[in-house]
Amino acid sequence: MAIATKSVKLKIQKYDPEIDAEPYWREYTIQAKPGMTMLEALFEVLNKVDGSLSFRFCCRGAVCGACAMMINGKIRLACETQVSAMLEKREPILVSPLPHKKVVKDLVVDMDPFFQQMVSIKPFLVAKEPYPEKEIIQSEKERAKLTEPIDCILCGSCSSACTIAWWDPNYLGPATLEKVYRFVVDSRDSIRDERLDMVDTEDGVWRCHTIFNCVDVCPKKINQTDAIQYLKRQLVKKKLGFS
Amino acid sequence: MKYHEIIVVGAGLAGLRAAVETATEFDTAIITQVPPVRSHSGAAQGGVNAPMGNNPAGKDDSVEKHTYDTVKGSDFLADQDAAALMISEAAPCIYELEHWGCPFSRTPEGKIAQRPFGGAGYPRTCYAADKTGLYMLHTLWERSVALNVKTYEERFVTDLVVEDGKAVGVIALNMVTGEFEPYMAESIIFGTGGPGQVYGRSTNALISTGSGAYVAYRRGVPLKDMEFIQFHPTSLFGTNILMTEGARGEGGYLVNNKGERFMSKYAPTAMELGPRDIVSRSIQTEINEGRGFEGGYVHLDLRHLGREKILDRLPGIRDISINFAGVDPIDAPIPIQPGQHYAMGGISTDMNGATNIKGFYAAGECACVSVHGANRLGGNSLLDTVVFGKLSGKHVKGFMKGKTERKKGEAAIMKALEEQERAREELLSKNGTENHAAIRDEMKETMILKVGIFREEKLMQEALAKIIELKERYKNIRVMNKGRKYNLDYLRAYELWGMLELAHVIALGAIERKESRGSHSRRDFPKRDDEKYMKHTIATYTPSGPKISYSDVVITKYQPVERKY
Repeated sequence: MAIATKSVKLKIQKYDPEIDAEPYWREYTIQAKPGMTMLEALFEVLNKVDGSLSFRFCCRGAVCGACAMMINGKIRLACETQVSAMLEKREPILVSPLPHKKVVKDLVVDMDPFFQQMVSIKPFLVAKEPYPEKEIIQSEKERAKLTEPIDCILCGSCSSACTIAWWDPNYLGPATLEKVYRFVVDSRDSIRDERLDMVDTEDGVWRCHTIFNCVDVCPKKINQTDAIQYLKRQLVKKKLGFS
Repeated sequence: MKYHEIIVVGAGLAGLRAAVETATEFDTAIITQVPPVRSHSGAAQGGVNAPMGNNPAGKDDSVEKHTYDTVKGSDFLADQDAAALMISEAAPCIYELEHWGCPFSRTPEGKIAQRPFGGAGYPRTCYAADKTGLYMLHTLWERSVALNVKTYEERFVTDLVVEDGKAVGVIALNMVTGEFEPYMAESIIFGTGGPGQVYGRSTNALISTGSGAYVAYRRGVPLKDMEFIQFHPTSLFGTNILMTEGARGEGGYLVNNKGERFMSKYAPTAMELGPRDIVSRSIQTEINEGRGFEGGYVHLDLRHLGREKILDRLPGIRDISINFAGVDPIDAPIPIQPGQHYAMGGISTDMNGATNIKGFYAAGECACVSVHGANRLGGNSLLDTVVFGKLSGKHVKGFMKGKTERKKGEAAIMKALEEQERAREELLSKNGTENHAAIRDEMKETMILKVGIFREEKLMQEALAKIIELKERYKNIRVMNKGRKYNLDYLRAYELWGMLELAHVIALGAIERKESRGSHSRRDFPKRDDEKYMKHTIATYTPSGPKISYSDVVITKYQPVERKY
């Protein structure tokens, strides 16, 4: 049984900083099957039209965070974005890398600064030692506080959308602060004060101007801005001697 | 040349757990194709098994009972000593992850929550909503950060360097720069994942190509039991994204086009919670006999669980259903079909993860100890990764203490580096008429249709002939992109060869095993044949194709019986 395909136009931003003077757009026509995702569309281009196209991918199920990019003017995960939904907005569909990150090639950006910030804030639980023989007891209510922050897949969409992060590369940014929040609200952690002090800086929580771009683009619907305000409130309480 | 005492290849759960084990005492580095948090382990949903008895219905559970379920689930092909070892280490390994921050869901008493899973006598699957693999992966990555483990990312390991029967290093392609890099080490651990992408309809990540297993195989490490491929009963129709077994563990029904809970015909006691091989065959039978829906699927119905339970226990399943199939499981049943999910086979190792090459270890899905035999139980793969990741690491630490010679094999590594560079030039210069992506598609289609859930001689012979034809056609491919930097065209062409080699091993092993056992279900040999095939299949590389031999299964106390559920 032949599946009906449809001709679809894509415009993809290409750029190899070692060769090209500046990024440029290239238009491609592919045959799209019903249900095709943008990631599959990129593979159609790679396999049949332009073997030089570079992009990142892995799980193709919206859980690994590799394929965040700008599609039709909004940051999305390519693997969970339907071609048909994008066509309703405009054609050719525009695809470009995560904004305000250094381009390595085409849709591949340099994520090193993002991960360097992430590892700078002790992104690991520090439970009191010696550990118990079995699990550390945590109530369902305490565990529920983790439900939102642990959903972060470190795709970098939020930090790429944050206008503060654009002009202040030292700003820890929404994903990193969300990670701090994740451990601050974990009942098992033992260095809450140290974590709060870590973000009590010019480039920490106080740099957030509650613009909510991070919340807009998060593919996991995490409210980073809210988490950052929580950290601010805890710092205020701490300074006033309430905690 | 970069040097580390221990190099771990792969940063999924097995690789990270191994690295975390050795990094406390030895200079350890990880080489990985993707940043650790992108690894395929993160797609695991349902949970990880341990007989903790935290669920009131599991209070009589024990290591003994979990071991027996695992051995029975394996259709008696698992090595019973290895299965017992894995399960005796289960609870300590999971408590350890909890101490390191893994956010498991909780019981009302605040203990790690456990849910029922297929093929298990008790609810022993520890879970964190339906994203257990993701949270375990992040936790172990965080632990590796705490221990300052050096990580080389976006490096694709293309060769294992062996000198005088000892592993001395690896060659990795730096995907970003396009340069091959030589690495020297005293000991090397592979945690490189499974070969799911060899098949069509796979639940696996696109990077799960079995590249590590191929590299080891090519250098003389045997592969074990590769014909045993697990088909997960419930992958989303269309994209084949995993729909966790936890959905049935929480009470979900499988329903055909007549509205019947058809599992009553196939596993009257266990129903939807039969082991995966049996449930997959049941679904496929319903579809084949006209009781599926158009296109070839049945329904996974969660509606009776109610909104609250779905949101609390299965939020990820709901999101995937909505975003990829346009179905909200609160209101409508989810269309599912069986999909390739896991390789029980892999790099042949002993219970310490050690192989026939000194200093070379493997753990996780790329390895075969064997603990899963002919069919793995749900929740036992995450367990396998953390237990054997840890045990490999432990054994390597012992190996290092006994190792007197250091920094050997520089000449061999440099020679291997030149070989890899030469091979790349050769591949890049290919301007033939074959599209390698089309060859990949043909391979995937062939494997799912002809070496799939139901197998028979004629179809498998056709598959084998096809694979040999594809290997021949591969010589005439064209690589469009001649560049070096982030060249996906080249990388995809390169990894395809290894996939074809693994497909060859799988098909040949399946043809030679003239019985039905676990996931290997032959219409022409419907019965298990313990007299002839109570053996592990061993495939060894030769330039003209795999050579198949057999090795004994370790039986300690459980004599094989017919499986009934």
